[in-house]
This record gives sequence, C-alpha cells and structure tokens, in this order.
Amino acid sequence: MLEIRSLDLEVDGRPVLKDLNLTIKEGESHVLLGPNGSGKTSLLLGILGFPKYKVTGGSIIFKGEDITGLSTAERVKLGMGIAFQHPPVIRGIKLGEMVDLCKGDTSQQITQQTRTLAKKLHFSDEFLERDVNAGFSGGEIKRSEIMQLMAQDPDFVMLDEPDSGVDIENMELIGDMIGELLHRRIRPSKRTASGLIITHLATITNYIEVDWAHVMLNGMIACSGNPNRIISDIMKGGYKKCVRECQKTMDRI
Amino acid sequence: MRKGMSEDNGPDIGKYTLKAEKHNAKDLPEIEDKYKQAFLDVGYDPQGEERSGSFLQVDHSVLCSKVMQEGVEIMSTTDALEKYSWLSDYLWHAVAPEKDVYTQQVDRKQTHGYFLRTLPGVKTTYPLQSCLFIGQEGLSQNVHNIVIAEEGSELHIITGCSVAEKVQSALHLGVSEFYIKKNAKITFTMIHNWAPEVEVRPRSGIIVEENGVFIGNYVCLNPVKDLQMYPVTYCGKNARATSQSIIYASKDSKIDIGSKMVLSGENSRAEIISRTVATDHADVTARGILSGSAPNVKAHLECIGLMLSDTARIYSVPELEATVKDAELSHEAAVGRISEEEIAYLTARGLSEEEAAGAIVRGFLNVDIEGLPPALGAQVRQMIRMSAEALE
Repeated sequence: MLEIRSLDLEVDGRPVLKDLNLTIKEGESHVLLGPNGSGKTSLLLGILGFPKYKVTGGSIIFKGEDITGLSTAERVKLGMGIAFQHPPVIRGIKLGEMVDLCKGDTSQQITQQTRTLAKKLHFSDEFLERDVNAGFSGGEIKRSEIMQLMAQDPDFVMLDEPDSGVDIENMELIGDMIGELLHRRIRPSKRTASGLIITHLATITNYIEVDWAHVMLNGMIACSGNPNRIISDIMKGGYKKCVRECQKTMDRI
Repeated sequence: MRKGMSEDNGPDIGKYTLKAEKHNAKDLPEIEDKYKQAFLDVGYDPQGEERSGSFLQVDHSVLCSKVMQEGVEIMSTTDALEKYSWLSDYLWHAVAPEKDVYTQQVDRKQTHGYFLRTLPGVKTTYPLQSCLFIGQEGLSQNVHNIVIAEEGSELHIITGCSVAEKVQSALHLGVSEFYIKKNAKITFTMIHNWAPEVEVRPRSGIIVEENGVFIGNYVCLNPVKDLQMYPVTYCGKNARATSQSIIYASKDSKIDIGSKMVLSGENSRAEIISRTVATDHADVTARGILSGSAPNVKAHLECIGLMLSDTARIYSVPELEATVKDAELSHEAAVGRISEEEIAYLTARGLSEEEAAGAIVRGFLNVDIEGLPPALGAQVRQMIRMSAEALE
C-alpha cells in the first residue's frame, strides 16, 4: 500500500524527517508513537503532500506509484485520507456540505446519505448545518473528522491523535468507527484498508488491535515492532528506554 | 456648475441622456421574455409566483405594478403622489433633496420609482418584488422610491437593479425613503447586477419608529464602474436595525459603500455586517458608522475583507461615535487573504487548490441572514449562492 524510502522532509527550510523508511502493507494498521515535536504530524502531512512539507530526498510509493511529486488532491484521488488533530474553521461551509464534498458531491444540498452517516456518529441534522469546526468541542472535532473520512472511504487512512482529549463515551464510538474504517472488524485476509495512527498515549489500542507500532524520535523511526510490547515498554520506562530495549532486538525497520 | 457641486468626483450627470424610449404595458410579455434571465438574476420572477406583488420599471416606463395581497399597495411614486396628498409629507423627509448633485437631479428630473406600502397590521405572506431595469444605452434613470410599513405591519421586499446585456454605459440614481412605523417591520433585500461602465448613486434614508425593525441586505457581485452609497438609518425607541452587505468587487470596479446607524431612540439596537472580496483592479471602500445618542443603545459593526489580488484595494473605515455615557458601541474590522491552512484542509478532502479557494470565497460570502422569514431566507441564500457559483 505505502512504501516510504529514505525520506528527507523540510518545513520552512528546517529539516524535520531524516532518512525515514516505513512500509505499510494492504490491510495493515500501524500506530506511530513518540514525544511532541518528534515529527509524527510532519510525516502524515508529508505523505499527504501538503505544499509546506518539502521532500528533499527519497521517495513515497503509494499503490505501486511514485507519488512524491503529486499534489494533495491527486494523492487523495488515489485513495488517501486524513483526520486532522486541529482542523481550521471554514466559515460559510456547512459540515453537511463538507461531508458531501468528501464524496465528490458539490451540489451543496445535504444528502440523505450524509444524514444517515451523521446519525451513526451521533450528530443531529441541526449540527450538520453548522459551519465546519466553528465552536466544535474536542470530541465533536474528532467525530466530525472521522465522519468526513468515512464519507471519503479511503484505502489508506491517516489519523492524527484521534484519541486525545476525548471522553470515554466518545472514545468508544470513535474506536468503533475507526475499526470500521480500517476493516478491523473483518478477517485479516479480507482487509484491504490500511492505516497509520498517531497516538500519544496509545489509548486507541484499547479499542482496536493494530499490527505494528513505531516509535519516532527526532525525525527518525527509532524502533518498530509488536504493538503490545512497544506500548508496554513505553508505559513502563518512557520513549527513550523503550527505544533502547527495542534496538537490542530490532524486529524490523 | 453641476460638477463643482459633486463632492466625490463621481458620475458626470450631463454625460447621460434623459430621453428614454417609451415602453407600453402591452409590450410587457415581450419584455419579460427578452430579459427573463436578467430579471431572475436579481430576484425578480416575471411569473410572480410566491410574491405578494410586483413592480417593474424599464428605463423610464413603469410596466407592471401588480398587487396580490389585500392591504398591500404598489404603484409608481408619481401615481402615489397624485393619489395621496398626504404623501408629500414623506417625500424628501428621510433624505434631503439638496444633499448632493444626485439627489438634486432626482428632485428635478425624477423618472418614477416605486411606492410600496402595507396598511396597518397587514403582514405580507410572500415578499413583494421590484425591479428597476435599464435597457437603453447611455440612459440616466432617476428613481425616487418610498416604502411605508404602517403600524404593526410587516413588509418583505426583494428588489433588483440591473441593465440589459447590450447596455455598456448608464447612470442609475435612486433615492429611497423607508418609513417603519410603530411595531412594524421591513426586510429589504437588494441585489445589484450592473455592467463595467455603469455608474450608480443610490441615496437612502430609513426611519424606524418605536419598536420597529428594519433588516437591509445588499448583494453586489458583478463589476460596476463606480458605485457609491451610504444609507442612513435612524432608530427610534426600542427599534432594531441590521444592515448586511455582500460585495464581490472585480475588474476595475470602484465601490464605496457603507451604512450609518443613528441610534437616537432609547434602548435601540443596530448591527452592520459587511463582507467584501476584492480582486483584479477593484477598489473598495467599506464604511460603517455607529452613532449612539440615547440611553442604553447598543450596536456592533463587523467589517471583513478578503483580498484576492495584489492590484486590488480594500479601505475599511469603521467609525463609532457616542454622545451619551451608556451607549455601547463596538466594531471589528479585518482585511486578509485566503488562509493557506483552509485551502490545505479542503485539498485533503479531494478538492484542487482552485476549487478549494472558490469554495472558501463562496463560504465567505455566504452570510447567514437573520430575521428573514425562512422561505425568503432560503431564497436569498440561493441567490447569493447562484451568483457566487458564477464567479469562477
């Protein structure tokens, strides 16, 4: 699905990722852990091809195609999607219209399909009339981002901290929906969607099982391996200790 | 001599003709057919469906003044002045005839205009529609409009001003006087659709009496050579007034618009909201004055501009004036560009950068207009949306 080869990435002339390698196969879901400022979000936005994130070395291969030079819109058309951690408010565009946009519907009439999807995410019809992200609570932003992703139905799903600042009730719903997006509820051999999830405290792994975990430090993937082991190492001794432990017996880079 | 009196170096009245070809009412079907789209674009539906009445003036000829609801009056101001001797008390009461060369010209060489009135207690079920249209090249149309909502009545109006596609240059002078009596309400939505060589000078005064409500919406999304207007609303005791304008200024448009709210009645409230987009070589001045001179008045002014080119200009002038100690006046003004973050967000949902920018501009202009009846609100939104769609 996704193969990142020796990627160097800069933001405003400042290097943020160095020689990064990462492979995510079809049907696999990975979590990305690491302290603030280690480059996790930059990696996601680099994969998505945001103009501010400049590739200065290496390449990104998506579904067998080198997408390093493609625009964000082209990458999205190929089947990528993202849930942002801090999305901007867009005045005058209703949440319902935004969900329709995600399906490529620009009619600006909120469709029945969208209303049905909204119910699933516990949004009322009135809520769909609100300007995107305007005055949304933390939990509402998470659900709204996931709703937009579900409308897009991408093959490769990126989630930036879907579990931060979410109360327990919302968390269960979000876990459920992410499980659906990533085909976690069906047999591994049938899974076609893949995912990369940034998570600070790994809360999301209490709700869905993932295949791999990676720890990012200073713009590099410092270790990769079995999620249960890596997460328990981090919980016990922090990121650095986990990386030291894991580098002794590196499963894979 | 005329020129010397003009304070804004605006249109030269002498350049335009007052000799208009006369249209007859029997030509109405033909005219409606010919300009159907132009009428629809400014909210005038020749079929008159879901309207409480219609007024249509083409050049200097009043072709239609049709009432569909009891208690509503629609006619040309000329006819109304003949019919009602009391109307002379209203004429030039909210706007001074000697205000500038344009009001003087309308005073001296008036070419009709509309008189709209709701009788006491009457509430229009559907909006009234009016259209002032110029079909003749080089014409000066000098209308004087009078709108009266009698006590306890409610009057909703959609009015459009436009020119025929073949018309390049014309002058529209329009004096409008609004009288909202005690406990009455007027909503007035005006859509302008001019051409790159048309000059426009509306002059409006709005008097809102005790407990009255005035909601004025103005939409202008197509190029115009030179447009300047500055409606003044006088709020009586407990009166409420709102002015919203939505401007998309493109090409070489020169637009100077704003509102003044005079809060001279105790406990009155006012709000001015202005959204301006400037692109190409457009030059926009967005003004707003809140003037509080009575106890417990409260008003807010929001003036936001979006710049899309390095050759355009937005000059934003918010002004507040208080002459009593418990007046509460505030403003927020901002001019900026489209946020890159917002564009990136929409491209992440599959839109190209151009599509994303278009959606953001449309959204910016898509102001929720409060206070209109739901059906009318939906219709106005639809018109703004349609016009904004056509911008790309």
